[in-house]
Formats: sequence, structure tokens, C-alpha cells
Amino acid sequence: MQKSSRLAILALIELAANPERQISTAEIGEKYRVSAHHLAKVLLTLGRAGLVQSIRGVGGGYSFTGNARRVTLYDIISLFEDTEVKCRLSDPADANPEEWALFDVSKEINDISNATYGSITLATMLMQIDKRKKAQERRAEVAAK
Amino acid sequence: MNQTPQKPEEMALEIRRATADDLERVVELDARVTGQAKPEYWADIFERFGTRRQQERFFLVATTDDGAIAGLIAGEVRGWEFGSEPCGWVFAVSVDPDQREQHIGERLFHEICARFRDVGISKVRNMVRRDNQLLMSFFRSEGMVAGPYIQLELNLDDAP
Repeated sequence: MQKSSRLAILALIELAANPERQISTAEIGEKYRVSAHHLAKVLLTLGRAGLVQSIRGVGGGYSFTGNARRVTLYDIISLFEDTEVKCRLSDPADANPEEWALFDVSKEINDISNATYGSITLATMLMQIDKRKKAQERRAEVAAK
Repeated sequence: MNQTPQKPEEMALEIRRATADDLERVVELDARVTGQAKPEYWADIFERFGTRRQQERFFLVATTDDGAIAGLIAGEVRGWEFGSEPCGWVFAVSVDPDQREQHIGERLFHEICARFRDVGISKVRNMVRRDNQLLMSFFRSEGMVAGPYIQLELNLDDAP
């Protein structure tokens, strides 16, 4: 997964988890240790896709405008990356059996990867994050006793 | 029979074991969802999962107040296949396309998981076509994640 895709997913997780707030690029950047400049470019792309809107001025920031139960990780990644495996030859007819065998393996891995990302919505991610946080709290309570 | 607890906005459903009288409507529901009517298949499923080894086999239907079948789920406890300790396998789930978004699949899944727990099972597995995004997303939303297995296949026409 490319850095922009990863950043986009984290930003949308942050925004979708707090739909009632506007969150600034500085706040997201500090939490995920990334530059506000890179984040701003990512959020611009997400805005064009209709997933976030920006409110300017004091107290402004970004808010989530998508449907967390419908937007998948694949939807987000495909805004920043070409998700299909390419033959890497100008004419596939030139490929020899060895190159096609490697292409088949790459395609198999890519298809599984795309299917996995396509099956995970932002809502599912938020659920997984919540489970993880609760497990951490339980471990902390046990450790404190 | 189990009247599943419902939130105020949920439709009233009864989730119970399938009976022979349900088969015709099960076939109809499956035909609407898959495009293929499979009466022999469902008769066989009922005979194996609806009448035998009922401590570890579950063929459940969700019915509405008027007796219509809104959904179904089927699964069983399988042990030692592929080197796995006994676990619950869900191999069929279907919801009336006209009654989606009403948590029917969720309630069916929770019911079969409860029945697996009741017989001492702590893990549930299934297999989903990777191009079936609806079903993949559903099971993911229920907390399922990729397991330690990869399903492989071979076309026998291509075999040596």
C-alpha cells in the first residue's frame, strides 16, 4: 500500500470516528506523525471524491461526508493507486511462458488483496479499532491490579 | 424456537430450525438470490442438517409474522478436516433481497454462533467467493477475518 493510500485511510478513520467534529490537518498530522503538507494533498483528493468537506477559518477543519458502511478500503486506495497488475510489456503477445507464469502469481496475490480491501468498510475498521481499544483497556486494568 | 431479542426499529422475526414444510419456500428464496432453483440440493441439506446430528448441525430459518421466510443460515461443527480442531462452519446464508438492511443476516449469524458456543465451539469459519463483495463485507462487519488457510483448486482437464 502506498503512503498516500495509508494516510487517506487513517485520515478517513479519524474523521468517520468523529462525524460531529471538524478536525484540522494539524491534529491528524500530529496523531499519525505525518506532514500537514502531504496530508493536505491527500485530503484534497478525498474532497474531490466527495468523502470529506473542508470548513475554513477558526475552528474549521475537515469532516467526513461519506457513508462509513459503504466506503471500502479498496475505494480509498483506488483514488491514489492503480490497483490492477500490469503485464509490463508493451504487447502481451511478446511475453514468454516464464513471464506469464510470474504474471499469474502476481495477479493471484493482487486479486486476493483487492478482494480483501474491497470487503472492509470504514465502519468495519472502526469496529475492529474499538475491539482493540477495549482489549487494551482490559489488559491495563488487569495489569493495574 | 427462539424469539430473538429485537431493537424497537427491527422487524419481528422468529429464528428456528427449518422443517420439511419450509423446503418449498427455502428453494424459492435461494432461487431469488442465486438465480438457480435447487430443490434436490435443499432436500438433501434438510435431510442431513435438519434431521440428523442436531447437536452439531444447524439449518435455521428466520420467519416473519406472516410465516414468510426472510432468511436462512446453515452450518455445522466440523473437526479435524484440514488439520483443524473442531470449529463451526457456516456454509450457507441467504436473505430475501426485498428485506435487506433489516439486520436479518446479522441475527441469523448471531443465532448460529450462539448455538455453536452452546456446544463448546469457540471458532467459526466459512468460505466466500472473493468476487461476492456483499457477503464478504457482511462477514467482515460481523468481525470475521481471514483465517490461516488458503483455498486452492485445480481444473482436472489441466491436470497431468
